[in-house]
Amino acid sequence: MSARRSEMLDRAVLYGYIAAGSVIGGLARHLLALAQHALLGPGFPWATLTVNVTGSLLIGFYAAITAPDGRLFASSRQRQFVMTGICGGYTTFSGFSLEMLDLLHHGHALAALIYLGSSPVAWLLAAWLGLLAATRLNRLKGT
Amino acid sequence: MIEVVTGLLFVALGSALGGMARFFVSGWVARRIGETFPWGTLIVNLSGAFVIGVFGALASTGRGWFATPGPWLFAVTGFLGCYTTVSSFSLQTLTLARQGEALRAACNVMFTLVLGLVVVALGYASGRWWSVLP
Repeated sequence: MSARRSEMLDRAVLYGYIAAGSVIGGLARHLLALAQHALLGPGFPWATLTVNVTGSLLIGFYAAITAPDGRLFASSRQRQFVMTGICGGYTTFSGFSLEMLDLLHHGHALAALIYLGSSPVAWLLAAWLGLLAATRLNRLKGT
Repeated sequence: MIEVVTGLLFVALGSALGGMARFFVSGWVARRIGETFPWGTLIVNLSGAFVIGVFGALASTGRGWFATPGPWLFAVTGFLGCYTTVSSFSLQTLTLARQGEALRAACNVMFTLVLGLVVVALGYASGRWWSVLP
């Protein structure tokens, strides 16, 4: 097989990994939204806040635990599968922005303000906590 | 039950395409503009916010393609949901902050949130305008 063909094949496989991860992430996000709808009904966008916070936690943790000095080895494809695919597909910015607009449209200015103010803080804090937890695990002795 | 399963299929199909589109666009932008600032994620999120605004406006008319559950699950929950991302935004902002690039990190947060709200509103307005055209 020529170098060019094998490079294209590599690229196609990588896209396959990202697509598969995105399906897992997207379905998980959808199921959580269905669960919120069934349990709490529409209202404050808890489901999206939850996916964005837990997805940020997961990516922070995974990025640090599979870093070159991390205790878990992951190939570049595995990292793309989990981080670009699963975490990327699970979290959503477009959903967040449309929900903000919906809250404003329905006159829930206070809820919109709380959602806008708390979201970035919660996302970044979650990513940082994930990273911190993985860094501590990395420092533990043994395997 | 069958509705839930077809819904899942629509979401899965849109998700696969949306995730690949994000990888393609953010990689293309990063190669063009450089990777010191996460422009790729910013552009993906802003373009996705604009389009979701348009689709939201089209659905709000209560008629047409986007007012039906299947296309909405495919295009919005699946495709746009996976096309845009918060996890990469969080990780990249955190990385900038930890590298001592506090200003760049703060700019990334401000650009994403402020422009995100602006473009989703612009998208919504365009969608409304489009939907009243004869």
